[in-house]
Amino acid sequence: MIRLSVPFRQALSRLSPMLMLMLSLGCILIGRADQNFADHMRAGLDDVLAPAYMVFSAPIAAAEHGTGAIGHLFSLNEENVQLREENAELLQWQEVAMALQAQNDALQASLHYVPAPMPRFATGEVVADTGGLYDRSVLVLVPPANGNPQSLMGAIAMDGRGVAGRVVEAGARAARVMLITDLNSRIPVSLGAKGGPALMAGTNGPNPALIYWSPGKPPAEGAMVLTSSQGGAFPPGLPVGVVHYNAQNDPVVLPLADLDSLRLLRLFSYPDNLPMLTPIPHIKPATAARHGKR
Amino acid sequence: MARLPASRRRQSFWRQLDAAARWAVPGALLAFGLFLLGLPLHIPGQALLRPAYAMGCVYFWSLFRPASLPAPVTGLIGLLLDLMGTTPPGLWAVLLILLQAAVLATRRRLAPRRFLLTWAAFCALAALAALLGWAAQSGLAMVLLPAWPPCLEIIISAAAYPALAMLLVRIHRGPAAVESA
Repeated sequence: MIRLSVPFRQALSRLSPMLMLMLSLGCILIGRADQNFADHMRAGLDDVLAPAYMVFSAPIAAAEHGTGAIGHLFSLNEENVQLREENAELLQWQEVAMALQAQNDALQASLHYVPAPMPRFATGEVVADTGGLYDRSVLVLVPPANGNPQSLMGAIAMDGRGVAGRVVEAGARAARVMLITDLNSRIPVSLGAKGGPALMAGTNGPNPALIYWSPGKPPAEGAMVLTSSQGGAFPPGLPVGVVHYNAQNDPVVLPLADLDSLRLLRLFSYPDNLPMLTPIPHIKPATAARHGKR
Repeated sequence: MARLPASRRRQSFWRQLDAAARWAVPGALLAFGLFLLGLPLHIPGQALLRPAYAMGCVYFWSLFRPASLPAPVTGLIGLLLDLMGTTPPGLWAVLLILLQAAVLATRRRLAPRRFLLTWAAFCALAALAALLGWAAQSGLAMVLLPAWPPCLEIIISAAAYPALAMLLVRIHRGPAAVESA
């Protein structure tokens, strides 16, 4: 133990709050001046904590699945009957889908249609809820098989059903996904079959709001909301949700993705149309150029 | 042979280690709790629980065991809270240090009072901190952020404090009691 004289120790204890306050204020100022500072620190902390999160969230997931299994035991027979019926029905649809696929292939071949490039994707487990007062975000464990996690910056996160958000920070082990319900989330979307443009804005609540739709064509209740390629931030046609009018008669989007209980997220990287308006990746221009050519 | 007074007696290594461990309990527990609240537990309003927990702990320990939570630890906890969430780094550090300073200034009068009074004082301080945080975040983002999240934050903090205090009192008398090392 270090022996300090009593007056010195008293002075130290009196000074330390002041000193810490100054340091913290300095931290805020640096973070305000240089956005990368905060991002780097966050990514570093997430990388350190990701394995710990993984260890602790595994039993929670196991317990949840466990209760689910026990609960299902009682209704096993009913479920089996239901699944058999569903399966028969789906088999019919499969035939329809295969016929349509064949027709689509034939038509595409005769039109010399160039399909959109397939995005690369990585699947990761959601290990932490990193939201705050004004933010909705989750931490996704990026599988180490993925070579360069920095390429995940701006990747689009989808769960099994629809768009959940996009990657705003990526480290060596984990990536942070800003959910579509976040206050800062703005996603260009197209509405319904006609594809009327609108902007989906997160409100911090469960259902994002629709703004800037064309005045003559209000969004129709129940219309499908898909991403739009306007602005180049998103590829077109990813399912987002369904239009619904809330109690205040404002159009909102009911997200397809189960945002309250995300377990697994697929992160799709579209390297060729890396958006200009979305987070700037922390990679040098040279790397970015090489990345673009691939 | 006359025994030396307790303060002058040379303590054994194990006793010193015990005392050090007990001293570190509040800070370690605070950090670990923040980590646990980050797990995807799917509790509604989970994002608001973390600042509420941090404010409650900093208030309690500053009131009853200030030596165990010195300002540097509070600052680091605040920074951890900022980095685990998405607030500008340093913001919660400032808020928690200010909260602690306010408690330390009034603890001589506040600590011996009844629980209801300390609870009310906590509510007032938490409200101040949440509103200050709201103002600072609005100022830093240069937009007027909606006011309902800090209001919800205040309500959650106030509602969670009695349960938290009940838990912390046990820790205060048990594992965190440096004097019983």
